[in-house]
Amino acid sequence: MVKPLEYLTYRGREGQWAWMLHRLTGLGVLLFLLIHIADIALIGWGPKVFDSLLVIYRAPVFRVSEVLLAGAVLYHALNGIRITIIDFWPAATSVHRKLVYAVAIVFVAVYIPTALYMLSGI
Amino acid sequence: MNGSGRARPESGIELYAWVFMRLSGILLLVLALVHLYIMHVVNNVAVIDFQFVARRYSTPFWRTFDLMMLWLALIHGLNGLRTVVIDYVRPRGWRFASLASIYVIGFVFLALGSLVILTFEPSRFAMK
Repeated sequence: MVKPLEYLTYRGREGQWAWMLHRLTGLGVLLFLLIHIADIALIGWGPKVFDSLLVIYRAPVFRVSEVLLAGAVLYHALNGIRITIIDFWPAATSVHRKLVYAVAIVFVAVYIPTALYMLSGI
Repeated sequence: MNGSGRARPESGIELYAWVFMRLSGILLLVLALVHLYIMHVVNNVAVIDFQFVARRYSTPFWRTFDLMMLWLALIHGLNGLRTVVIDYVRPRGWRFASLASIYVIGFVFLALGSLVILTFEPSRFAMK
Protein backbone atom coordinates (compact mmCIF):
# COMPACT_ATOMS: atom_id res chain seq x y z
CA MET A 1 0.00 0.00 0.00
CA VAL A 2 1.14 3.52 -0.77
CA LYS A 3 0.95 5.75 2.30
CA PRO A 4 -0.85 9.11 1.93
CA LEU A 5 2.36 11.13 2.32
CA GLU A 6 4.05 9.16 -0.43
CA TYR A 7 1.37 10.38 -2.80
CA LEU A 8 2.40 13.93 -1.97
CA THR A 9 6.16 13.59 -2.13
CA TYR A 10 8.25 12.54 -5.08
CA ARG A 11 11.49 14.46 -5.14
CA GLY A 12 10.08 17.56 -3.55
CA ARG A 13 11.43 20.27 -5.82
CA GLU A 14 10.13 22.68 -8.46
CA GLY A 15 9.34 19.96 -10.99
CA GLN A 16 7.22 18.01 -8.51
CA TRP A 17 5.13 21.03 -7.52
CA ALA A 18 4.68 22.05 -11.14
CA TRP A 19 3.53 18.49 -11.90
CA MET A 20 1.15 18.36 -8.93
CA LEU A 21 -0.39 21.74 -9.78
CA HIS A 22 -0.76 20.59 -13.38
CA ARG A 23 -2.79 17.57 -12.23
CA LEU A 24 -4.90 19.52 -9.74
CA THR A 25 -5.71 22.34 -12.15
CA GLY A 26 -6.41 19.78 -14.90
CA LEU A 27 -8.88 17.87 -12.74
CA GLY A 28 -10.49 21.10 -11.57
CA VAL A 29 -10.94 22.40 -15.10
CA LEU A 30 -12.33 19.01 -16.21
CA LEU A 31 -14.91 19.06 -13.41
CA PHE A 32 -15.95 22.57 -14.43
CA LEU A 33 -16.07 21.54 -18.10
CA LEU A 34 -18.56 18.75 -17.35
CA ILE A 35 -20.77 21.15 -15.36
CA HIS A 36 -20.39 23.77 -18.11
CA ILE A 37 -21.52 21.36 -20.87
CA ALA A 38 -24.57 20.37 -18.83
CA ASP A 39 -25.56 23.95 -17.91
CA ILE A 40 -25.19 25.37 -21.43
CA ALA A 41 -27.38 22.50 -22.69
CA LEU A 42 -30.28 24.29 -20.93
CA ILE A 43 -30.31 26.77 -23.82
CA GLY A 44 -32.26 24.13 -25.75
CA TRP A 45 -35.21 24.80 -23.39
CA GLY A 46 -35.44 28.41 -24.49
CA PRO A 47 -34.70 31.92 -23.16
CA LYS A 48 -36.71 31.65 -19.92
CA VAL A 49 -34.88 28.57 -18.65
CA PHE A 50 -31.47 29.71 -19.93
CA ASP A 51 -31.70 33.25 -18.55
CA SER A 52 -32.82 31.98 -15.14
CA LEU A 53 -29.65 29.84 -15.07
CA LEU A 54 -27.57 32.95 -15.78
CA VAL A 55 -29.23 34.77 -12.90
CA ILE A 56 -27.80 32.07 -10.61
CA TYR A 57 -24.36 32.43 -12.19
CA ARG A 58 -24.39 36.17 -11.51
CA ALA A 59 -24.12 35.47 -7.78
CA PRO A 60 -20.76 36.65 -6.39
CA VAL A 61 -19.75 33.13 -5.30
CA PHE A 62 -19.86 31.98 -8.94
CA ARG A 63 -18.13 35.12 -10.18
CA VAL A 64 -15.25 34.50 -7.78
CA SER A 65 -15.12 30.82 -8.79
CA GLU A 66 -14.90 31.99 -12.39
CA VAL A 67 -11.79 34.00 -11.51
CA LEU A 68 -10.26 30.89 -9.90
CA LEU A 69 -11.19 28.85 -12.98
CA ALA A 70 -9.40 31.37 -15.21
CA GLY A 71 -6.31 30.96 -13.02
CA ALA A 72 -6.46 27.15 -13.27
CA VAL A 73 -6.78 27.26 -17.07
CA LEU A 74 -3.97 29.82 -17.37
CA TYR A 75 -1.56 27.84 -15.18
CA HIS A 76 -2.40 24.58 -16.96
CA ALA A 77 -1.83 26.27 -20.35
CA LEU A 78 1.52 27.85 -19.39
CA ASN A 79 2.83 24.72 -17.68
CA GLY A 80 1.61 22.67 -20.66
CA ILE A 81 3.78 24.84 -22.93
CA ARG A 82 6.74 24.12 -20.62
CA ILE A 83 6.10 20.36 -20.73
CA THR A 84 5.74 20.37 -24.52
CA ILE A 85 8.96 22.36 -24.97
CA ILE A 86 10.92 19.89 -22.86
CA ASP A 87 9.31 16.87 -24.57
CA PHE A 88 10.09 18.00 -28.10
CA TRP A 89 13.37 19.80 -27.38
CA PRO A 90 15.20 17.70 -24.78
CA ALA A 91 18.08 20.22 -24.54
CA ALA A 92 15.65 22.38 -22.53
CA THR A 93 15.97 19.81 -19.73
CA SER A 94 19.18 21.56 -18.65
CA VAL A 95 17.16 24.68 -17.78
CA HIS A 96 13.99 22.90 -16.59
CA ARG A 97 13.99 24.66 -13.22
CA LYS A 98 14.33 28.06 -14.87
CA LEU A 99 11.36 27.16 -17.05
CA VAL A 100 9.27 26.50 -13.93
CA TYR A 101 10.12 30.00 -12.69
CA ALA A 102 9.37 31.42 -16.12
CA VAL A 103 5.91 29.83 -15.95
CA ALA A 104 5.41 31.34 -12.49
CA ILE A 105 6.50 34.82 -13.61
CA VAL A 106 4.31 34.83 -16.74
CA PHE A 107 1.40 33.47 -14.70
CA VAL A 108 1.63 36.25 -12.12
CA ALA A 109 2.13 38.93 -14.79
CA VAL A 110 -0.96 37.85 -16.73
CA TYR A 111 -3.22 36.59 -13.94
CA ILE A 112 -3.06 39.46 -11.46
CA PRO A 113 -4.33 42.15 -13.86
CA THR A 114 -6.87 39.73 -15.36
CA ALA A 115 -8.18 38.67 -11.96
CA LEU A 116 -8.41 42.29 -10.75
CA TYR A 117 -10.27 43.22 -13.93
CA MET A 118 -12.71 40.30 -13.55
CA LEU A 119 -13.28 41.03 -9.85
CA SER A 120 -13.86 44.71 -10.54
CA GLY A 121 -16.93 43.82 -12.62
CA ILE A 122 -18.72 41.96 -9.81
CA MET B 1 11.88 13.36 -13.22
CA ASN B 2 13.50 16.00 -15.38
CA GLY B 3 10.63 18.45 -15.40
CA SER B 4 9.12 17.09 -18.59
CA GLY B 5 5.76 15.43 -18.86
CA ARG B 6 4.97 11.75 -18.84
CA ALA B 7 7.69 9.59 -20.40
CA ARG B 8 6.94 9.10 -24.09
CA PRO B 9 5.39 5.64 -24.57
CA GLU B 10 7.17 3.34 -27.08
CA SER B 11 4.35 2.64 -29.50
CA GLY B 12 0.69 1.87 -30.08
CA ILE B 13 -2.39 3.54 -28.66
CA GLU B 14 -0.51 4.96 -25.64
CA LEU B 15 1.92 6.74 -27.96
CA TYR B 16 -1.01 8.22 -29.91
CA ALA B 17 -2.61 9.32 -26.62
CA TRP B 18 0.68 10.95 -25.57
CA VAL B 19 0.99 12.80 -28.88
CA PHE B 20 -2.71 13.75 -28.77
CA MET B 21 -2.26 15.41 -25.36
CA ARG B 22 0.49 17.66 -26.75
CA LEU B 23 -1.23 18.49 -30.04
CA SER B 24 -4.66 19.11 -28.52
CA GLY B 25 -2.94 21.09 -25.78
CA ILE B 26 -1.40 23.42 -28.35
CA LEU B 27 -4.74 23.85 -30.16
CA LEU B 28 -6.55 24.42 -26.86
CA LEU B 29 -4.04 27.15 -26.00
CA VAL B 30 -5.75 29.16 -28.73
CA LEU B 31 -9.32 27.81 -28.44
CA ALA B 32 -9.72 27.78 -24.65
CA LEU B 33 -7.84 31.02 -23.98
CA VAL B 34 -9.74 32.92 -26.71
CA HIS B 35 -13.01 31.48 -25.38
CA LEU B 36 -12.17 32.47 -21.79
CA TYR B 37 -11.06 35.92 -22.89
CA ILE B 38 -14.18 36.68 -24.92
CA MET B 39 -16.83 34.95 -22.78
CA HIS B 40 -15.42 35.38 -19.26
CA VAL B 41 -13.23 38.52 -19.35
CA VAL B 42 -14.38 40.95 -22.09
CA ASN B 43 -17.98 39.74 -21.74
CA ASN B 44 -19.27 37.94 -18.67
CA VAL B 45 -22.46 36.49 -17.21
CA ALA B 46 -23.72 40.00 -16.51
CA VAL B 47 -24.15 40.68 -20.25
CA ILE B 48 -24.46 37.15 -21.65
CA ASP B 49 -28.01 35.89 -22.11
CA PHE B 50 -30.10 33.89 -24.58
CA GLN B 51 -30.08 36.70 -27.15
CA PHE B 52 -26.30 37.04 -26.89
CA VAL B 53 -25.82 33.36 -27.72
CA ALA B 54 -28.47 33.52 -30.48
CA ARG B 55 -26.55 36.37 -32.18
CA ARG B 56 -23.25 34.57 -31.71
CA TYR B 57 -24.60 31.35 -33.21
CA SER B 58 -26.26 33.05 -36.21
CA THR B 59 -23.18 32.24 -38.35
CA PRO B 60 -21.31 28.89 -38.41
CA PHE B 61 -18.01 30.37 -37.16
CA TRP B 62 -18.56 30.17 -33.40
CA ARG B 63 -20.45 26.88 -33.68
CA THR B 64 -17.41 25.36 -35.43
CA PHE B 65 -15.09 26.96 -32.88
CA ASP B 66 -17.13 25.64 -29.94
CA LEU B 67 -17.51 22.17 -31.45
CA MET B 68 -13.73 21.83 -31.94
CA MET B 69 -13.11 23.11 -28.44
CA LEU B 70 -15.71 20.75 -26.94
CA TRP B 71 -14.21 17.64 -28.51
CA LEU B 72 -10.56 18.54 -27.92
CA ALA B 73 -11.07 19.76 -24.36
CA LEU B 74 -13.28 16.90 -23.22
CA ILE B 75 -11.07 14.17 -24.71
CA HIS B 76 -7.94 15.95 -23.41
CA GLY B 77 -9.44 16.24 -19.93
CA LEU B 78 -10.82 12.71 -19.75
CA ASN B 79 -7.57 11.25 -21.05
CA GLY B 80 -5.79 13.17 -18.29
CA LEU B 81 -8.21 11.69 -15.79
CA ARG B 82 -7.53 8.25 -17.29
CA THR B 83 -3.80 8.78 -16.64
CA VAL B 84 -4.53 9.75 -13.03
CA VAL B 85 -6.78 6.69 -12.55
CA ILE B 86 -4.10 4.37 -13.96
CA ASP B 87 -1.55 5.96 -11.59
CA TYR B 88 -3.58 5.75 -8.40
CA VAL B 89 -6.47 3.31 -8.67
CA ARG B 90 -4.83 -0.08 -8.19
CA PRO B 91 -7.60 -2.54 -7.11
CA ARG B 92 -8.78 -4.21 -10.32
CA GLY B 93 -12.51 -3.78 -9.77
CA TRP B 94 -12.24 -0.09 -8.88
CA ARG B 95 -9.89 0.53 -11.78
CA PHE B 96 -12.24 -1.16 -14.23
CA ALA B 97 -15.26 0.76 -12.88
CA SER B 98 -13.35 4.08 -12.99
CA LEU B 99 -12.13 3.58 -16.54
CA ALA B 100 -15.56 2.41 -17.69
CA SER B 101 -17.18 5.54 -16.19
CA ILE B 102 -14.69 7.73 -18.07
CA TYR B 103 -15.79 6.23 -21.38
CA VAL B 104 -19.50 6.52 -20.50
CA ILE B 105 -19.08 10.16 -19.34
CA GLY B 106 -17.11 10.91 -22.50
CA PHE B 107 -19.81 9.46 -24.75
CA VAL B 108 -22.72 11.16 -22.94
CA PHE B 109 -21.12 14.62 -22.70
CA LEU B 110 -19.75 14.62 -26.26
CA ALA B 111 -23.22 13.66 -27.52
CA LEU B 112 -25.00 16.25 -25.35
CA GLY B 113 -22.58 19.07 -26.15
CA SER B 114 -22.51 18.36 -29.89
CA LEU B 115 -26.31 18.12 -29.99
CA VAL B 116 -26.66 21.54 -28.35
CA ILE B 117 -24.09 23.22 -30.58
CA LEU B 118 -25.40 21.71 -33.83
CA THR B 119 -29.16 21.89 -33.24
CA PHE B 120 -29.59 25.19 -31.33
CA GLU B 121 -32.25 27.13 -33.26
CA PRO B 122 -33.22 30.42 -31.57
CA SER B 123 -36.10 31.11 -33.99
CA ARG B 124 -38.05 28.24 -32.40
CA PHE B 125 -38.57 30.49 -29.38
CA ALA B 126 -40.60 33.67 -29.55
CA MET B 127 -38.14 36.53 -29.03
CA LYS B 128 -39.28 39.64 -27.27
